[in-house]
Amino acid sequence: MINYTENIRKISGDLLKSGKVDVVIGYKKGTLPGINEPFLARTPEDAQKLVWDSQCRLNLANYLTNRKENVGIVAKGCDSRNIATHIIEHRVTREQVTVIGVPCTGMTDKNKLRELAGGEITALTEKDGIITVTSRHGEKTVEKQDLLQSNCANCLHRNPVINDIPCADPVPEINTARNDAEIKAIEAMSPADKWAFFEDLLSTCTRCYACKNACPLCYCPTCFVDESRPQWVGKGDDPIDVRTYHTLRAFHCAGRCTDCGACEAACPMNIKVRLLTGKMEKSCFERYGWEAGLNTEVRPALDTFTLHDPEEFIK
Amino acid sequence: MKILHIDKASWDKGVLKSGETYRLTGPVKDKDTHAFKNLNDGELPDMGYVETKMSPKALLFPRSEVMLTYSTNPHDGNCNIMKEASKAYPPRAVIGIRPFDAKAIQLVKLNFDTEEYKDPYWLKAYEACTFVGLAINQPSITDFSTSCNTGPFDETGLDVLVVDTGHGFLAKILSTKGQAWADAAGFNIEAGADAASKITAMKKEAEANIVSKISVDKIAGKTVLELFDAGHWEDTAFGCINCGTCTFACPTCWCFDIQDETYGTQGVRIKNWDSCMTGLFTMHGSGHNPREYPYQRTRQRFMHKLKYFMDKYQEGIMCVGCGRCIKQCPANIDIREICNTMNQ
Repeated sequence: MINYTENIRKISGDLLKSGKVDVVIGYKKGTLPGINEPFLARTPEDAQKLVWDSQCRLNLANYLTNRKENVGIVAKGCDSRNIATHIIEHRVTREQVTVIGVPCTGMTDKNKLRELAGGEITALTEKDGIITVTSRHGEKTVEKQDLLQSNCANCLHRNPVINDIPCADPVPEINTARNDAEIKAIEAMSPADKWAFFEDLLSTCTRCYACKNACPLCYCPTCFVDESRPQWVGKGDDPIDVRTYHTLRAFHCAGRCTDCGACEAACPMNIKVRLLTGKMEKSCFERYGWEAGLNTEVRPALDTFTLHDPEEFIK
Repeated sequence: MKILHIDKASWDKGVLKSGETYRLTGPVKDKDTHAFKNLNDGELPDMGYVETKMSPKALLFPRSEVMLTYSTNPHDGNCNIMKEASKAYPPRAVIGIRPFDAKAIQLVKLNFDTEEYKDPYWLKAYEACTFVGLAINQPSITDFSTSCNTGPFDETGLDVLVVDTGHGFLAKILSTKGQAWADAAGFNIEAGADAASKITAMKKEAEANIVSKISVDKIAGKTVLELFDAGHWEDTAFGCINCGTCTFACPTCWCFDIQDETYGTQGVRIKNWDSCMTGLFTMHGSGHNPREYPYQRTRQRFMHKLKYFMDKYQEGIMCVGCGRCIKQCPANIDIREICNTMNQ
């Protein structure tokens, strides 16, 4: 990871110096162990603050939306797929963006880190795929692959699909097929069990909207939850409103989600919101063989049609 | 001030006994965290808890609270007339509240209990409470409470301060309300003469373990516009995704939104938590939004906490240094860093 950081700094510094880009979107070292902060480098000096490790959970394509200047952006596999989606959806132009590609070996799950530490993490180091966390109870060392977020463990596209300046050689892919075990388990439930499952899943939601705000797909000028004329969703703690929000958001993202996991990483209550978006992506894959953001030419599944689309549901 | 000694077995019995007089509220396990909840019969507060993700502010300022009810049925005598929602405020003992969270309630009180305006819902709930605090022996690395006029053993907002000495509890009675609760619990064994010095020593140790500090001395001296117009805000706020995580978790954030919800001909007027992080928060009826850009909303939050509040009430900043926002922020926006930037 150290050479990732060094290379990102060098590439970004050069891009800013040459004037090829006006800004570089990346990460700077966080103030707490186990998290980094999205950062906008404006000068070659700023670029020296950029870092990369396994604590860069948010999707930086989210910070690219509607920017007007020439932008360099540090992107792992999923971020690059959302950049592709942004280009298709005219949030930015291809010419405007220079992708500094990060071949990604996955992000750590913040909850697995906490569980490993057995308490508050006071220090975290990462070297050659080994992570050491320190807490009051001592030090624990584990292989990073045992700490991955589930979307990262099941990732199908670790290498960026748009990769103008790679910061390292590609990494081998670790999976060849979708892992839908969790989704299938829910599909197999009776309606009553499903209802109870989702009721429990969303029971701690405070509707802080971290999930949608961390999502690069959620760039509507006004989200339906914020519409006031008319108001579609109540503002209180009625579970109906909470469920409405999550369900509608998942449907709105259908065929566009890259399973980057930013929503779950952002959720302060650790709600597994990917179970909702995952179902959408599973359907898109099964019906249309569609995975979002793999190129900048083909429009998302629910944004287009072909004469061969399955239509047995039309009665 | 009287200090009682309570061994751990007597504690459980006494707390449950006090439940005959008080509605009990305390920290209980809730999925992967703890939360302040009304305790069921026979349920005990988890005095070994470390933290709650959500602050206990919701006990007095619920996430969503019915204020008024109404009917729109023309055949109802009270058609279209708002009635105060009927609610009971039996005495409540909040067991295990952290000293900084109790201090936060005092800061919130400055806003909900002014000469001009008094929030009857908040105040009635407040008056009904007896705060039985639990001192923090091991502060978190994000705890900067001693920089915020409070601390791990602060007694300001408490009626009783309970200290876990490992062998048992020392309970320092701080008010008549606190004494009444101790009486209801049957706690009456006075601790030995060394109890006060024991608490002082533990307090010193806990405070010494606080590694986070902030300073607002220069902010106090700067003008609002100097801070507001500073060039750093767009960069400072860059990572912020403008979610409500910090404002909802914060023990001192008190902004709310009032909404009417009508079901058929029956309706309620509700006070809901709101967040200055959202665009809708300042959206005008005209469609104009004075905080159109996300960075302006982030700026508002920190200006309110670290400057406007301080200037308005002269009671320090609107932050108790609990560290929840730092820990829970998905983007690692850290109030300590922002405070440092503003205080330069």
